[in-house]
Amino acid sequence: MTRMPAWTWLAAGLLSMAALLACAREVIKEVPVEVEVEVVKEVVRGVSAEAGSLVVYSGRSDSLVGPIIDQFRDVTGIDVSVKYGSTSEVAATLLEEGGSSPADVFFAQDPGGLGAVADMLAPLPDDIVSKVPEWARSPQGRWVGISGRARVVVYNTATLSDGGIPATLTSFSEPEWKGRLGWAPTNGSFQAMVTAMRVLWGEDKTREWLQSIQDNDPQIYPKNTPIVAAAAAGEVDVGFVNHYYLYRFIQENGEGFPARNHYLDGGGPGSVVLVAGAGILKTAENPENAERFLNFMLSQVAQQYFASQTYEYPLVEGVRTHRILKPLSDINNPSVDMADLADLVGTQRLLRELGIIP
Amino acid sequence: MTSEDLRIAAAPRWQPPALPAERQTWTRPPAAVWLPVLLITIAMALPPVYLLLRSADASAEAWRLLLRPRTAEIALRSLSLAAAVTLASVALAVPLAWLTVRTDLPYRRVWGVLTALPLVIPSYVGGFLIISALGPKGLLQGVLQGPLGVDRLPSIYGLPGAALTLVLLSYPYVLLTVRGVMGGLNPAYEETARSLGLGPWAVMRRVTLPQLRPAVVSGGLLVGLYTLSDFGAVSLLRYETFTWAIYQQYQTSFDRSTAALLSAALVLAAILILVSEAWTRGRMAYHESAGARRPLRPVGLGRWKWPAILFTGAVVTASLMLPAWVLGYWLVRGLHAGVAMGSIWTAAFNSVSISALAAAAAAVCSLPVAVLVVRYPGIFAKVAERMSYVGYALPGIVVALALVFFGANYARPIYQTAWLLLLAYVVMFLPAALGASRASLLRVGPRLEEAARSLGHGPLRTFLNVTAPLMLPGVLSGAALVFLLTMKELPATLILGPLDFKTLSTQVWSASSEAFFAQAAVPALLLILLSAVPLGYLMLRDRARF
Repeated sequence: MTRMPAWTWLAAGLLSMAALLACAREVIKEVPVEVEVEVVKEVVRGVSAEAGSLVVYSGRSDSLVGPIIDQFRDVTGIDVSVKYGSTSEVAATLLEEGGSSPADVFFAQDPGGLGAVADMLAPLPDDIVSKVPEWARSPQGRWVGISGRARVVVYNTATLSDGGIPATLTSFSEPEWKGRLGWAPTNGSFQAMVTAMRVLWGEDKTREWLQSIQDNDPQIYPKNTPIVAAAAAGEVDVGFVNHYYLYRFIQENGEGFPARNHYLDGGGPGSVVLVAGAGILKTAENPENAERFLNFMLSQVAQQYFASQTYEYPLVEGVRTHRILKPLSDINNPSVDMADLADLVGTQRLLRELGIIP
Repeated sequence: MTSEDLRIAAAPRWQPPALPAERQTWTRPPAAVWLPVLLITIAMALPPVYLLLRSADASAEAWRLLLRPRTAEIALRSLSLAAAVTLASVALAVPLAWLTVRTDLPYRRVWGVLTALPLVIPSYVGGFLIISALGPKGLLQGVLQGPLGVDRLPSIYGLPGAALTLVLLSYPYVLLTVRGVMGGLNPAYEETARSLGLGPWAVMRRVTLPQLRPAVVSGGLLVGLYTLSDFGAVSLLRYETFTWAIYQQYQTSFDRSTAALLSAALVLAAILILVSEAWTRGRMAYHESAGARRPLRPVGLGRWKWPAILFTGAVVTASLMLPAWVLGYWLVRGLHAGVAMGSIWTAAFNSVSISALAAAAAAVCSLPVAVLVVRYPGIFAKVAERMSYVGYALPGIVVALALVFFGANYARPIYQTAWLLLLAYVVMFLPAALGASRASLLRVGPRLEEAARSLGHGPLRTFLNVTAPLMLPGVLSGAALVFLLTMKELPATLILGPLDFKTLSTQVWSASSEAFFAQAAVPALLLILLSAVPLGYLMLRDRARF
């Protein structure tokens, strides 16, 4: 029995941790997003008693799109199954599966992912693609944008104020920014921005800008989230990111979180708006349900969900942007076709040549 | 005690006993051994075959990318990280194993559980936590700023940070493998050596450590190869390795053939490590010939008690308490802010059941391979053993895509079912079970089996009644290792899991990748908590033997 205390100690520790978690779960309550059932019914009309099934491959994570997919399932009665992963993992899976893919819909985080599997996607009906502006969809109608994300500059509020940050990307080439910048050159959204730069500025000016930033010794991060964290910690003063990660940090840390977004009002590639989008597989076994799914995602209800719950930009007319965001109409969004951004090969060649990515 | 035992312990320089003559010539293994091994080897060959197929499509540009000086640089960086992490992990794990198994360290079984747990912390979480704590503007800087005016800590990015993170998360590989053997050591060797005048350090160096060598080497191999395949820590801490470059190809170029070429290069690097392992392994027949042995008596630490507690406590604090504390902080902060959480009970159930199945499957598959390698050495055994490490050294995404390719196109009935997912886990984690099984079989003398055979037992009955019980502790610790690895596995679970299949690790990823930290904290803490249960069971079981 002399050994028992060790075990009671461990068991007590585990039990109390379990109890803590259980209590936590008591406190946590699901916050349901209210569904206007009538509106939704309107959107998904034509669903028969035999609702059938639908397989969605989602490159957007469960925590972002899970709730709205659940709503679609509840409202239509369609038996929706989802495979989650990062956009690149899901795209690679689709490519490996080829014609044998069980997927009906591919919901991707960025145009690059959709571009990679464009050959496997079926043309969408006009009434779906025409719901979003022309820049936010594939010109061949292979995929359609569902929500938008603005490129912004995140900055540390202790060292900078919104007024003290330049209005265009070009100003960050100045030596005063040496050692103060953070970027994620391997990130898809960053590369999409560089692609926009090549479209708008041409190769030479893009190369010059990249080189000048490189000369300013930027800190390199793998993706957006660590840049926001680093900006708040003061590891860097500013970082090039997508706008919506910041709001999750603020939600958890409170208003005192020492980082904010700065929109580059000067226009150009720094203020480009990127989209997350979806397409239907040519080999889909449930093409009708797949169309219902896209229609639902472009309905007022779902667009409102993206606007209010994930802090993204709705792409359908008449849906209001979250009050804490700068409205889409006020962003100096340059006219870049999202489809042009799907092709990242030239951008990667350039980044590699400059030694920015391996 | 037999005369052979005495001879071994008393020899001025310890020499491995000469191999009995019958095992120097190759004997043909029975079908019950070679057939399963053949099937396992075929499964193991799927990823390399897939890589060959994909490399065949590679464009000229892909080859140009592979054949530039930068690739050699990446290879060198990958190998130096693997070497650094392996050496540091061994240096940390062997003393910890000894303290928690062989000494009178207070609460040593509790320490035994706690020191093994960091293995379940996913490296992308671990890397993030290390940066939060030790980054240029991390928690430590915050603490030092007040009293010392430290404005910015030196950068931990690069080799030091990546190595530190990986050591803290992967030393338990060595720890668990060594523990499995250490608990079964025959005290007779040590006691004899002491009785013949060797001091405690000399006993350790000349008697105990040589017996542990196969376990240390196989644990070290697991650490080294894991380091090659890790993506989370190296990407967050900015140290460019092969796996990092491979993910790069998938993530930004969606280029599977360049990724395949780089993966093939990674396999070559892994082979380099395997060859050097064969060289370190040395000769390794450390059988016990005595059938009955007395239980081990714990070594009294005496005045070393407090330093030992401090050392163990420091390792547990850095590798487990700190992450748990940060996760708890995220959780409380999120609750305070009223963050909504989804249900995780299904995910918890899925995690535990699939991990238990994977552990059982890997342990069972490891047995025929271990028997072949130890009892029937030869070219087939060598090939089978080396092949089993390939899936483990490759990044999870490569193994998963290989099985997607074969599953979706040639094995549709099991595609997107738990069966194919289990196969993936076995392909990836068999070496973790094999290392432990092999090390424990090495310590079972063939003479015991021969005695059973001569008394009329058939080969299968001999294995089940004589060999298996003696191997059990080692096999169980190997299974525990696979359980922990499966609990945190991410890419294959995401890619190959059945539709709508959620586990704790996919939930951690789903939330943390989109910066929902509070939502990530609940499954991450539960992951640690649930993993403690089987480890606790193993420790309890062990108790009966001391």
